[in-house]
Amino acid sequence: MILTLALRNLFHDRIRLGVTLVGILFAVVLVAVQLGLYAGTSKMIISMVHQAKGELWIVPYGADSFEGSGVLTGSERHAALSTPGVARAIPIVASFSKWQRPQGGEQLCVIVGVDAADGGLVPWNIVAGSTEALKLPDAVAIDRTYYKDLGVTGLNSTAEVRGSRVRVTALTHGIRSFTTTPYIFTTLNRGRSILKLPPDAATFYLIQLQEGADQGVVQAALAKRLPDVEVITKAEMKRRSIAHWLFGTGAGAALIGGAILGVLVGTVIVAQTLYSSTKDHLNEFATLRALGSSSGYIHKVILAQAALSAILGYVLGMSIAMTVVAISVDTSFPIIMTPQLAFGLFVLTLVMCAASATGAIMKVMKLDPAMVFNR
Amino acid sequence: MSMQPIVNVRDIVKELGQGAGKVRALKGVSMSLNPGELTLLMGPSGSGKTTLLSILGCILSPTEGSITIAGEDTEGLSPEGLADLRRRHVGFVFQSYNLFPTLNALENVRLALDVRGERYADTVIKAETALREVGLANRLRSFPGNMSGGEQQRVAVARALAIRPSVILADEPTAALDSENGHAVMELLSDIAKDESRAVLAVTHDPRTHAYADRIIRIEDGKIIDDERRLTSGDNVTRYDLKRKRKLHA
Ligand SMILES: Nc1ncnc2c1ncn2[C@@H]1O[C@H](COP(=O)(O)OP(=O)(O)O)[C@@H](O)[C@H]1O
Ligand SMILES: [Mg+2]
Repeated sequence: MILTLALRNLFHDRIRLGVTLVGILFAVVLVAVQLGLYAGTSKMIISMVHQAKGELWIVPYGADSFEGSGVLTGSERHAALSTPGVARAIPIVASFSKWQRPQGGEQLCVIVGVDAADGGLVPWNIVAGSTEALKLPDAVAIDRTYYKDLGVTGLNSTAEVRGSRVRVTALTHGIRSFTTTPYIFTTLNRGRSILKLPPDAATFYLIQLQEGADQGVVQAALAKRLPDVEVITKAEMKRRSIAHWLFGTGAGAALIGGAILGVLVGTVIVAQTLYSSTKDHLNEFATLRALGSSSGYIHKVILAQAALSAILGYVLGMSIAMTVVAISVDTSFPIIMTPQLAFGLFVLTLVMCAASATGAIMKVMKLDPAMVFNR
Repeated sequence: MSMQPIVNVRDIVKELGQGAGKVRALKGVSMSLNPGELTLLMGPSGSGKTTLLSILGCILSPTEGSITIAGEDTEGLSPEGLADLRRRHVGFVFQSYNLFPTLNALENVRLALDVRGERYADTVIKAETALREVGLANRLRSFPGNMSGGEQQRVAVARALAIRPSVILADEPTAALDSENGHAVMELLSDIAKDESRAVLAVTHDPRTHAYADRIIRIEDGKIIDDERRLTSGDNVTRYDLKRKRKLHA
């Protein structure tokens, strides 16, 4: 009966129900998009680090992101390899450079030079060509979603990067960067040469451990041997990247702020409509009280109204949010919706609507059942 | 009527409002309601009828005085305790019916059973029975908006009846009805009052309702001035036991 009454109260005034649902929908979509963007950009920011196989990273002192690091001299490799517990130390070069479009014009890009045979980092999601093909002269791999930015049309397209001729021999799909600068994969040596780095230079070493080696012990030992650089875990490298790109730039704060704003606006709208609905049905609530219902029963009716609104608003909001997610897939700012995020959002919507019910509940708590009589 | 009274109030004083607007609506009222009787409470507007009915039904607590209902003392009960007492013992009928416009007749009656925590199946059976008793077996799924005033008031009577209360309290139940429907509702209430386990009190202005009364209490300015009981029920002439007629003026 509580649910029946709540449903009838809700559908009794369609306009108010509409306003309520728009309020919830607005909050759900805004929060979904903001948090989905947060998740999407975080994933994008750490994708290189995530794909790289190495428990520890040797990085220049103060390195704060994959593409923005300084250069290591090359002596670190031997020191690392002679440290007990280290199986491999795989050099990577990654740095910003300028891609010259065949038609003219420049595009900032990130050159990632690493040898596939080292087993540290290879372009993933290859849809045409192969990593093997990167060994060809001038070979690079690019992402299909950047054709327009790079001024290329597919395999075998050619261009120049800082004067070095390059030819596309492999294509990936979906390797995008947060900075919207395309990643250009190539071999270690070609990467060094394009970036005009000395022959032994690297921006990182990926450290792979020997079977059974203790990560903490190896990290400490490496740090001791290499006092001029930093030895950090993969997780720390991800954390630094997110801190740098999302919070260093204020983008993260804007996303989280937007989500909070969405919740606030949603709460205010739902609280307002629920309160006015309760006010309209006050005589009925007083009658319920005269019939001897406990105050808990009445609160449940109001909470059920809030919960039903939440469920309806969530379903509507999520269908819009999922559409936005689908549209955003190959854009510079992909929005990610995970089952956890969807569930969290549902709980958040319920909590938001329950919180909105407090005003209405306080109103009925002050209810005088004697108002049922005509005086 | 040697049975125990179902409702018993003693020396009730009730003040309403605050400050300068404070009104002494009841000024020392004592009375009982007996099972098997339809009692009419009559008096001019503003004399305290509704206030007394609210106190008898545990909706208002008296400023002074005591109430027992079905043997239970209400002294010191919290609002939740009073609500509990109402849902177990009291059925209300209001002047403006107070049905839920979004619920159909059956659902309106079921609601009174649902607040008592009764099982779904039981609420349906009991609500259907009560609606049949008031002659609305064919209107179970009708909504209040599609019913006449008389029908709506009968749904309200069914709602009060369905919980099989010890006492039914009706505040001007016929005031909004035409005479035909008014008579029908009064007849219903007097039938309901024939149950020896139940007392019925109806506040009324309407002299046409006298014929249904087993007893008439008159109230003026917050005090009972008159309490007369019909000698024998079922007579075609209405006579009252004038020896028992008491002036209760102080
Ligand atoms: N909430 C209130 N505040 C102040 N005075 C009230 C209130 N309710 C009723 N009264 C006054 O109490 C008196 C009795 O009212 P009521 O019991 O409604 O009379 P009746 O039902 O006989 O017309 C009236 O004088 C009325 O004006
Ligand atoms: Mg009145």
